[in-house]
Amino acid sequence: MTTSVSASPPAAATPRHTAQAKHSKRNGQPSAARAWATRAPLLPALVFLIAVTQLPFVATLVISLFDWNSLNPDARSLSWFENYKTVATDPAMRESVFTTMLLTASVVVASVVLGLLLALLMDRTFRGRGFVRTLLITPFLLVPISAALLWKHVLYNPEYGLFNGAWTWVAGLFGDDTPTQPDWISNSPLLAVEGALVWQWTPFMMLILLAGLQSRPPDVMEAARLDGASEWQMFRYVTLPHLRRYLELGVLLGSIYIVQNFDAVFTITSGGLGTANLPYTIYQTFYQAHEYGLASAAGVLVVIGTIVIATFALRVVSSLFNEEVNRR
Amino acid sequence: MTALTTARPSGREAPLPPAARKARRRSARLGVVAWCAGIVFCLPVAWMVLTSLHSEPDAATNPPSLGAALTLDGYKRFFGAGGGADPWPSLINSTTASLCSTALVLALALPAAYALSIRPVRKWTDVMFFFLSTKMLPVVAGLLPIYLFAKNAGMLDNIWLLVILYTSMNLPIAVWMLQSFLADVPVSIIEAAQVDGARLPTILTRIVAPIAAPGIAATALICFIFSWNEMLFARVLTGVTAQTAPVFLTGFVTSQGLFLAQLCAASVVVSLPVLAAGFAAQDKLVQGLSLGAVK
Repeated sequence: MTTSVSASPPAAATPRHTAQAKHSKRNGQPSAARAWATRAPLLPALVFLIAVTQLPFVATLVISLFDWNSLNPDARSLSWFENYKTVATDPAMRESVFTTMLLTASVVVASVVLGLLLALLMDRTFRGRGFVRTLLITPFLLVPISAALLWKHVLYNPEYGLFNGAWTWVAGLFGDDTPTQPDWISNSPLLAVEGALVWQWTPFMMLILLAGLQSRPPDVMEAARLDGASEWQMFRYVTLPHLRRYLELGVLLGSIYIVQNFDAVFTITSGGLGTANLPYTIYQTFYQAHEYGLASAAGVLVVIGTIVIATFALRVVSSLFNEEVNRR
Repeated sequence: MTALTTARPSGREAPLPPAARKARRRSARLGVVAWCAGIVFCLPVAWMVLTSLHSEPDAATNPPSLGAALTLDGYKRFFGAGGGADPWPSLINSTTASLCSTALVLALALPAAYALSIRPVRKWTDVMFFFLSTKMLPVVAGLLPIYLFAKNAGMLDNIWLLVILYTSMNLPIAVWMLQSFLADVPVSIIEAAQVDGARLPTILTRIVAPIAAPGIAATALICFIFSWNEMLFARVLTGVTAQTAPVFLTGFVTSQGLFLAQLCAASVVVSLPVLAAGFAAQDKLVQGLSLGAVK
């Protein structure tokens, strides 16, 4: 972060110089009035964002300290950390913490691996490359709710879904007229949610990793090739180290988005059969059980978890960003 | 072996050495693999479109009836023929929420991006990262206070509440994207305008906006997509009058009997604006989704 701050031209004006700056405008030192003039365009956006995103979170922090069920509003009382204790000991809450971690980790890993393979394929020139790219990103451009409904009703449905339908058709070719017809969602509910999410997120990872592949310095690649590196060696010792930060970025952004996933869980399993992740559980705690204090405490825990991931994410974004700034 | 990786288009020099010919064959094979992958990924969407054009009995067969007669019945019934709920109010609500919040985002983010790239404030990178960090705050963390506020202020089931929330949701992304696009605007032009006495609004609308137009358009399209897709806020904060299209979709499933073709038609209709916006913004999509970290 420090390198890029010094890379910005006006950062040279430190507070120590401001008194003297009033008289030396010609030397490029902004006066206090001018500093405010440069800041003014920024203020509406900052004020708006703080009001709409930060204040509600402060309110969540406060509510999380209360024993507050909206069905019984008179019994509202300050209970300090009682809600956090409940969240920590409640088996359903604990399970949803575990489900969230499992869901996020498995979807991110699977979509990064698939995305990397696709990106390596797409990095070559072949006929119709632009069109194939468009085909590949289509899943990501479907409205998430549509995608979830599509998987649940059109693909997974045990009686007339495409998966079982195609299986019947294939089995029919081999003379089996009564093939087994698995009920995908009730047999492996978490896997069903993960499948739909991996399908939607692989294109995202592919796009980021493809951008990474295409930013490889051509001279280094050429030098490695002239030195007689095999294709695997090139991948292992040139491409992979270069891709590292793009992989990190994909993993972290993917984690931040998927930790928050609500649409797929809500649609495909309605949080049943052990697939309730934290956003869904919180939604239910407050929307159906009306336990405001408890829901807020769980919300605070999600934020803490996200901050841990986000700190790493910000570091990665910041290093890529600084590189970009310094290149300018 | 080493030449194998040079699958670059190296012109059309006539007699290819055997290694290069081998490389070209291999490249073609991998091209076929890439084509297959693209088709597999797109298959569920293609199947959805095909099912939406089938009649309900044809849509729910096992094994699937690929060549059944095509009909627009699913779409007709989605749009209210046959007495179902009318989807237009929710589509109009989604359009209002997405377009208005996108306009508001641009109105707030453009000056902010100006103050972060063309005339940067001190410590502008810190400001950038503050914007970004708000994006990492999970939606659920602020949902309850917003709900209580809306309830007390009488703003539940009000589309303008969603406009405000979607604006805050997209503002960080827009600031990051616009910052990187505005950095490409030559400062000398702006200084010339300032010498001629142009004020900030004039500079932004007359000089910066035309030069950075492709970037601003891509930013707007991405904000539009995210607003259109949003579901959790819309689900909790709207009921009947301000219901958005994604919420309409979820309510629509449970109330119908045989509904596969109609559901697919509905999904196609609701996804169409996003698909159009996404394909239009394809080139800048990565930059938007990675919050400007990747170009």
